[in-house]
Amino acid sequence: MSGSRTANETARTPSAGQPTASGPRATGETMTGAQSLVRSLETLGVDTVFGIPGGAVLPLYDPLMDSPSVRHILVRHEQGAGHAAEGYAQATGRPGVCIATSGPGATNLVTPIADAYMDSVPMVAITGQVATPLIGTDGFQEADISGITLPITKHNYLVTDPADIPRVLAEAFHIAGTGRPGPVLVDVAKDALQANTIFHWPAKLDLPGYRPVSRPHGKQIREAARLMVTSRSPVLYVGGGVIRARAAQVLRKLVDLTGIPVVTTLTARGALPDSHPAHLGMPGMHGTVAAVTALQKSDLIVSLGARFDDRVTGKLNTFAPHAVVVHADIDPAEISKNRTADVPIVGDCKDVIIELINAVESEHVAGRKADLERWWTQVGSWRTTYPLGYSEPPAGEIAPQHVIERIGEISGPESIFVSGVGQHQMWSSQFIRHERPNAWITSGGLGTMGFGVPAAMGAKAAQPDRTVWTIDGDGCFQMTNQELATCVINNIPIKVAVINNSSLGMVRQWQTLFYEQRYSNTDLHTSVGNRIPDFVRLAEAYGCVGLRCEKPQDVDATIEKAMSIDDTPVVVDFVVHRDAMVWPMVPAGVSNDNIQIARDMTPDWDRDL
Amino acid sequence: MSKHTLSVLVENRPGVLTRVAGLFARRGFNIHSLAVGPTEHPDVSRMTVVVDVEELPLEQVTKQLNKLINVIKIVELEPPASVQRELLLVKVKADLQNRSQVMEAVGLFRAKVVDVAPDALTIEVTGNPEKLEAFLKVMDPFGIRELVQSGLVGIGRGNRSMAERELRSA
Repeated sequence: MSGSRTANETARTPSAGQPTASGPRATGETMTGAQSLVRSLETLGVDTVFGIPGGAVLPLYDPLMDSPSVRHILVRHEQGAGHAAEGYAQATGRPGVCIATSGPGATNLVTPIADAYMDSVPMVAITGQVATPLIGTDGFQEADISGITLPITKHNYLVTDPADIPRVLAEAFHIAGTGRPGPVLVDVAKDALQANTIFHWPAKLDLPGYRPVSRPHGKQIREAARLMVTSRSPVLYVGGGVIRARAAQVLRKLVDLTGIPVVTTLTARGALPDSHPAHLGMPGMHGTVAAVTALQKSDLIVSLGARFDDRVTGKLNTFAPHAVVVHADIDPAEISKNRTADVPIVGDCKDVIIELINAVESEHVAGRKADLERWWTQVGSWRTTYPLGYSEPPAGEIAPQHVIERIGEISGPESIFVSGVGQHQMWSSQFIRHERPNAWITSGGLGTMGFGVPAAMGAKAAQPDRTVWTIDGDGCFQMTNQELATCVINNIPIKVAVINNSSLGMVRQWQTLFYEQRYSNTDLHTSVGNRIPDFVRLAEAYGCVGLRCEKPQDVDATIEKAMSIDDTPVVVDFVVHRDAMVWPMVPAGVSNDNIQIARDMTPDWDRDL
Repeated sequence: MSKHTLSVLVENRPGVLTRVAGLFARRGFNIHSLAVGPTEHPDVSRMTVVVDVEELPLEQVTKQLNKLINVIKIVELEPPASVQRELLLVKVKADLQNRSQVMEAVGLFRAKVVDVAPDALTIEVTGNPEKLEAFLKVMDPFGIRELVQSGLVGIGRGNRSMAERELRSA
């Protein structure tokens, strides 16, 4: 994925490398390490942090209480703090911040840190550590969190000298937010928080081993442009890096200029509006037939901020066998990691796309332009013959896809949509029309169930004026719904649609398809047979509004009701048909040529070609 | 599989060795040997890592290593363009009967006796891996009691320094 270049954001938030002209308040002042940490957060322009106090981090919470600009939101579980920070980061493009104490507090952050690492989410996690003399003695609530998070952070720190705090915080935010964004953990020993120090904001950052490349190589750009105007069946394969690089606008220009068909991956939904005529939808395991097949039959793939993930390529050695690959990414290690690139381009996606536009324009001026009419005839026929759809459930039951589609339509594209992981996530990607970037927040790489509620909380805290829906499953919802308490108490009125099929739906789908309908441990008893828990009463117990919808004719009215409540979190229990499945599907480890549009049904290519 | 020698300049900070070693382990690369030590620059350490990999995974591991914030620069040392050495200490059985034979081999290999016991000699040898292997082959019939070997260290031939450009801009 690609990096974030945030000219407009640096104006708002003094970036770590460039302290404000006036400098932070009171450089040279004596204070405790904890005060210096809070002062650093203020200097960095942090306005919201999510966390839970505990023994080792107590010294930090005292000055935090007095900060005029940093709002601390007390969550109910550290995992919630981490995902909330991710939701905040994805809605704003600025690093999200979470705080936890040592030991179990810190280890509860491991899942969100891993999640942020996989999806390149800028995040800074601050943890308390036992006092320096206790480190390594198996002290009470001691865990080597910097060791534990080594493989899942972009970088991490253990701070034992209070004088290091401002520098480390400045570096952490710089590293988290630049290049390919990612999580950075700062573990601070309790005695470093308590000791006195003199606050010094670093004049410049000294990171000799960290110099992310931003500007792409001109020769490679020209080669890519030449291929784009000479290929006969090209596809733009757009990944989450385009969102991180804030490149949606320039992407649209490139698409309009070249007329090349576009696919957007799960993390890139919204990078190009779904309503754009060149948009074929999502590729991959549950992608549209048009998107999957266009990639498969292409002669040129221009990958922008994507990483040829196994869920996109299917069986790798049969993926897009005739395609020449142009691979642009800010992370050199992504290029040729899975699929060998013919034209590697290292650079920030926004810069890459701007340069590509210039280079393609030069080609056009020279009279070289791709003729894509025949290709569009093919692609268009796949799109019209195999549109996304779903089979109607038995009479009287609700199709989950219908609920999600209607939430998207009624709430509209200015809303932010968040999801958990599973069937409801795929349907949300497929059936909500994603029209703008940073409006679709989901756990892609790690596939973290329970992501939905806390991430929605973080997004809503960041963007209080937008409607924030989380489409959740009955399984996901039960993993993190304790954050409803946080939402109610802190006035963060998110809307939760629980797509309740009374089971771990995606696992059940695989059991249906690949395990002879032996439903081992996937029945959750949340609507079929019994109702444990009763989500409406659970919502009410938390002080939310709880609604239930069990009949197809009530779907719209229930969504409208939820939309009318904007001062309290709302939980809607949509009781849906439990045998609904996500289609199309490319089974795991199978070639994308064998995409199925429904059970055992593969498109008839000969007829279409 | 083939062996490649990577020379890695890293910031001299706690935990850097763990970061590098951990990265090799989790990306599934096999470290043959690893040596770390100070350099001419007090803030910089240098690691020499010998890995068993094919060409393509080597490129991937180099890119992944470069992503570590504390890693400043990586160069692959090709044998003809570099000097590569290992250090070996070996304790060999040597009594009055065969001591002179052992000493003769020590002379031939330009090795050094560093400790003497009534029935054993401890010998220090430096050289490239092939030389050390040859030396051990010669020692084997006498009876090797114990041996310890350092990781390989290497340096490029010619007048250029690996750190020059990087540290000026740092």
